[in-house]
Amino acid sequence: MATSVAPPVVAVPASRKRSHLQQRPRLWLYVVLAVGMIAMILPFVWMILGSFKTTAEIRQYPLNFWPMEPTLDNYTELFVRLDFATFFTNSLVVAVFVTAGNIIFSSMVGYALAKLDFAGKKILFMLVLGTLMVPGVVTFVPLFVLTANLGLVNSYPGLILPFLIAPLGVFLMRQFMLGLPDDLIEAARIDGASEWRIFLRVIMPLCGPAVATLTILTFLASWNNFLWPLVVATSEDRYTLPVALALYSVGQNAAEYGLMMLAPSSWSCQSSSFSSCCRSTLCRASR
Amino acid sequence: MALAQTGKPAPARSRKPRSRRSRQTVVAWSFAAPFLILFVIFMAGPIVASLAMSFTDLTTRDLRSPFGVNFVGFENYIALFNDTRFVRSLVNTAAFVLVGVPLTMTVALLVALALNNGITRFRTLFRVGFYAPVVTSIVAVAIVWRFILQPDGLLNGLLGVFGIAGPNWLENELTALPSLIFMAVWRNIGTLMVIFLAGLQGVPREHHEAAMMDGATAVQRFWNVTLPAMRPPILFAAVITGIGFLQFFEEPYVMTGGGPLDATLSTAMYTYDQFGFGNYSYASAASYVLFLAIVILSLIQFRILGKKD
Repeated sequence: MATSVAPPVVAVPASRKRSHLQQRPRLWLYVVLAVGMIAMILPFVWMILGSFKTTAEIRQYPLNFWPMEPTLDNYTELFVRLDFATFFTNSLVVAVFVTAGNIIFSSMVGYALAKLDFAGKKILFMLVLGTLMVPGVVTFVPLFVLTANLGLVNSYPGLILPFLIAPLGVFLMRQFMLGLPDDLIEAARIDGASEWRIFLRVIMPLCGPAVATLTILTFLASWNNFLWPLVVATSEDRYTLPVALALYSVGQNAAEYGLMMLAPSSWSCQSSSFSSCCRSTLCRASR
Repeated sequence: MALAQTGKPAPARSRKPRSRRSRQTVVAWSFAAPFLILFVIFMAGPIVASLAMSFTDLTTRDLRSPFGVNFVGFENYIALFNDTRFVRSLVNTAAFVLVGVPLTMTVALLVALALNNGITRFRTLFRVGFYAPVVTSIVAVAIVWRFILQPDGLLNGLLGVFGIAGPNWLENELTALPSLIFMAVWRNIGTLMVIFLAGLQGVPREHHEAAMMDGATAVQRFWNVTLPAMRPPILFAAVITGIGFLQFFEEPYVMTGGGPLDATLSTAMYTYDQFGFGNYSYASAASYVLFLAIVILSLIQFRILGKKD
């Protein structure tokens, strides 16, 4: 990736030029941006503070921002009255398998599409691209019929199998691998390495940044996936976090205010911290 | 955007002996096989099956006896468009897209411009702040917003400070859909901001300087230099936001249940409801109408934004 080295060299004079493009620090802009940012963050702060309030305090009308008598009741309730650990485990198991599947299968097809010359290559690529835009709502009815006929409703395979592959992953890996030099592969071939060996020993070690990106995208998508688990997970022991949250917060369950406020907080923080971890790893890997 | 460097694969490979290509064909398909098998079963198959199902009278009762299913032609589609609830869901979804997408894009572009050109300090802080809602789950965020928007919630509490009595946002027919649109905009600004920031960094600085030499104002430079150069990221943003907004489901499911009086019923939610009633073929037909809408919207966006001058 020779070109990724170039921008920093150019960037130094460019940033110096910027100083005369913009004349003075604009205070009002900082104020507007700060107000905007508070509006973006406030719901999270409110939610996290709310998780430490008693149910009565959340419901009381002149609301107070800061919890008057901080309590951990909501958190203990979550584990005592709801099986939070199970929901969390289900989400984790599904996300880990889905992510692993996407990385393995997308890399393999991506390698074939980027670096091998074969009959049917164009058709295969068009097939993958063509399904990139298809919304989940189109496939879920036949998928459910299929899953029901296979007897996989309310099971881990039923939750995982349909998401083991995704066109986006293939596209991402192919685009990245196209940028890797062919000489490496040619050299390995001359040394007598098989295509599988080249794939595992030459190509994959160079795909760190692409794999990191795919990991973040797939893990988050799976962690937050809602429609399919809502359809397939029919009993509490298979609910993923979003399904449990949604089902326990609508209808008759909606009365449990305090309980419900905190579940999303502990859980959104979980997914954001994961992604920020991955992003920093990714940045380090690509440098 | 390292991924954009596509490049031509393998130059001058045509001289290679024929046998090499056929050998590679076997290897390549063995690489593709595991993906392809899953792809056919769980992706391509269901897409075709859904279309086929939409022309039958399949319901939940036919699951065990697939031969009792009849071909009914376009009956499901005709029934859909005669169903006032479905038409209402289309109108709601259209409003959600037509208001939500331009609004999200405008706000995100303004934020990106402010971060890129307007300020020099605290950039990372602002970027993280505006991006924060993106990485959260829609379901979690929808629950939080339901609390904020309830009659004695945070929003009305804040309005009360200024002496304004806010409505019951989610139970009022007039304010329910706008509330959901506002929430979706709030959630999606971050994604587009990042795309636009990347795009703005690609606008050649020389063009701006040349325009300044000619005495162009900041506003003129925005319309005549920045915007034309930003066409590809704007098109990309419009397409992905359009596709996402057309499928909106979690927000009404968690926040309003489609109410009050179907004011927030989306097409995806209507499809889910019909599926829940066991009307599988009818639900498939509804999902294909939504799919068609996505294709049409994307084509229009490519037509308008994608053309070269």
